[in-house]
Amino acid sequence: MALAIELTGITKRFPGVVANDNVNLTVQAGEIHAVCGENGAGKSTLMKILYGMQSADEGVMAVNGAEVTFSGPSEAIDVGIGMVHQHFMLAGQLTVLENVILGAEPMRRAGRIDFAAARAHLAEVGEAYGLTVDPDDLVETLEVGERQRVEIIKVLYRGAKILVLDEPTSVLVPHEVDELFRNMRELKAAGATILFIDHKLEEVLEIADTITVLRQGRTVATVKPNEVTTADLAELMVGAELPTPDSGNSTVTDDVVLRIRDVTVLDADERPVVDKVSLVLHRGEVLGIAGVEGNGQNELVNTIMGTIETNHGTIEVSGDELTRASVRERREKGIGYVPQDRHEEGLLLSAPLWENVALGHQTQRPFASGIWFDRNGAARRTEVVCEDFDVRTPDIDVSAHALSGGNQQKLILGRELTAKPGLLVASHPTRGIDVGAQAAVWEDIRDARAKGMATLLISADLEELIGLSDSIVVMYQGRLVATLEPGSITPRELGSYMTGAAIIRQSVPGDSDRVP
Amino acid sequence: MTDMSTRSEGLFGQDTPARRIMLSLAAPVGAVVLSIIASGLILVVAGSNPLSAYADMLGHARRLETVVSMINRATPLYISGVAAAIGFKMNLFNIGVEGQYRMAAIFAAYVGGSVTVPGVFHMGLILITAMIVGGAWAGIAGLLHTQRGVNEVISTIMLNGVALGIIAALVRKWQAPGEIVVVGVGTEPIADSGIIPNLSFIPEWFGDIRSTELTGVLVVAIIVGISYHVLLNRTVFGYDLRAGGINPLAARAGGVQPKRMVMIAMLLSGGVGGLVGIAEIMDKGRYDPNFVGFLGFNGIAVALLGRNHPAGIAVGALLWAFLDASSDILQVTGTAPKETVDIMRGVILLTAVIGYEIVRRVRIREEATAAAARLAEVAR
Repeated sequence: MALAIELTGITKRFPGVVANDNVNLTVQAGEIHAVCGENGAGKSTLMKILYGMQSADEGVMAVNGAEVTFSGPSEAIDVGIGMVHQHFMLAGQLTVLENVILGAEPMRRAGRIDFAAARAHLAEVGEAYGLTVDPDDLVETLEVGERQRVEIIKVLYRGAKILVLDEPTSVLVPHEVDELFRNMRELKAAGATILFIDHKLEEVLEIADTITVLRQGRTVATVKPNEVTTADLAELMVGAELPTPDSGNSTVTDDVVLRIRDVTVLDADERPVVDKVSLVLHRGEVLGIAGVEGNGQNELVNTIMGTIETNHGTIEVSGDELTRASVRERREKGIGYVPQDRHEEGLLLSAPLWENVALGHQTQRPFASGIWFDRNGAARRTEVVCEDFDVRTPDIDVSAHALSGGNQQKLILGRELTAKPGLLVASHPTRGIDVGAQAAVWEDIRDARAKGMATLLISADLEELIGLSDSIVVMYQGRLVATLEPGSITPRELGSYMTGAAIIRQSVPGDSDRVP
Repeated sequence: MTDMSTRSEGLFGQDTPARRIMLSLAAPVGAVVLSIIASGLILVVAGSNPLSAYADMLGHARRLETVVSMINRATPLYISGVAAAIGFKMNLFNIGVEGQYRMAAIFAAYVGGSVTVPGVFHMGLILITAMIVGGAWAGIAGLLHTQRGVNEVISTIMLNGVALGIIAALVRKWQAPGEIVVVGVGTEPIADSGIIPNLSFIPEWFGDIRSTELTGVLVVAIIVGISYHVLLNRTVFGYDLRAGGINPLAARAGGVQPKRMVMIAMLLSGGVGGLVGIAEIMDKGRYDPNFVGFLGFNGIAVALLGRNHPAGIAVGALLWAFLDASSDILQVTGTAPKETVDIMRGVILLTAVIGYEIVRRVRIREEATAAAARLAEVAR
């Protein structure tokens, strides 16, 4: 088989360090090739070099057998390499078709866009690669998985035969991942070559034809999926065994921290998205909420945090009713919050770290005394957070967007846990971060739990839910439909509850101790 | 994290603070240099000698009287810049300072002219009236934004028009009776107790000036600048305001109430905006139809140039005032058309905005590189 990409001896130095150290990568034409590695292993740098966003200091790149050098992404596109970024670059107000042709519009005379030609070409591309989207849909109305498909079509439209996908599954829920993989297989069948970055090892084993593992800037192995297990891969990646979430001994007490009674949240059409939910969470307990995304988990979280109104029912924290309280009152009562999207709700990306660590706690010590904001207090606390939670940063004055995803997440978790909350609402706390950072997050939540923190954990990672939770409730169409023992359930069984396939009447809350 | 004490010696090199200051000055200084070159070229094409024009401008600006008049012009501009900057910090584009300060000025002049109370109280009454009226006028836009979701750009621009109409009607209603022939149309004159004393004793230390007085409103401007800095950087409220401007969703999750902040920011912006016209009415002692305009729009330019920073806005306001003064002298000497300064203003603003964006990107890249390096270093 011909080689689509051959990277030989790629070395990239940043001031003081080597991000890529003599990396070799060989991708056969028409295969799905995974690149795995921890944060900082050099995956992103390597992909940026391949896509012309950065240039290598040493080494040779060959595409389809011909040696190339790129001075920018447009040159990479010219030889048929297309990149799908982790964070989508789409305009929500435009249609799918308009987004796809943006920057590559076929023109008619007098500078008018030839939409007919664009539409025809889009249809051809869709047909050839088995990707379907309605070209006239507004992008803002699409699901995450569909938006990603638009991104893929965008690069195919520009004639890419080699696709680079940067952590494509990190933003997807399980059924969307299945859909993506089906698409990837069809792309491969149609002759495309796919290079993708991932650190979810099961996924890598499921979809990849070949796996290259990077560690500390070097290629440590290239393996076939049938030759290795997830544990082997993890060992290659981190040089140690795969950490697994494990709640350890139970620390659950009888003290009620969070009591929710009959909480209902209505959407704009007055339909219940959270439907008479009742639950009780104790000191030292982790309560997991399982559910396919879009079954009301976000609304439940938001109504607990106070960012959306509770239409019916009551919320009590440590005996105080907070149903109508402002977000600030709730935060001051000791509710910590890890939002599901750290960029959207968790960080002030362009602000320095010390301002980010103050966020959500800005009215309390050490960030404030009275009406005054205490910059020194904030700086000291930030140094503590960075130290205790291993946030790797050059200093606390850099802005938050300079940090990698894993470090941003550790910063958020650190800021919440250092404030010693009685209740932590953690929504997808390990989404899109590597195994090392993931293990650190699990460890931190476990430690805080042992000290008495109550945690409401929402996660799409079923192993995480089972491993960390003392108890799991399943949310389906806005209701809590089952209470499960994490000790006696497999991810597969949990999955069937989540899709509503295995709802057993007896386990509906109403008879268990979950209901007040 | 190994050792935080070495953080300032990171990958930026040991001169991190110096380098950061240098980077932030690069854009405005570059913008001024570019504007000198660009307008020079245009002058050459138009047949004027740019060097003698620039020599006239600089020579004029070196005179003590010109310096005083520049500070007088810069004072209301500075207040206007701060008013715009308060909105910008919350991602609010208050285009309405123009209408806010005019409304504030005519009401303050009317109130000031209608009552006579002892000195300090009279001045205070005028200042407070101006702030309340400016704030209230901006508050309309704030209410429309928070209650009805009306974009403040649209509403404040419309309110500017409404304000001009109201003022045209009020000037006639409130004009001093019987004095039309003598002093023209305008509100009842403010008694001496309401006039802010000038600060001419300061320039007199440097030389003899007769024709120009240094405005006492400078003190108000300085207080506004310091308050703005303290409020923004040293208070929890200022933190909330900035957080809301950077990421409204994250701020909300962090306990900031977006609607409340929009309302307060509009009221503050308008309140400060209301003070813009003070220099004029407390100097002339009345509001008349020759009341100086465009201070609101120029304030936006000055805030943009000064990056919403209290000191930056001051530099921007002085630069704008210098160009004003230059326009005057070019008219006198005739070495170049006075419109040269408008070209310079345009070029400065445009290149500064582009320059700031470039500097921002350079910074992001440097920080990301440093953080990535740090990550790799620790992993090793």
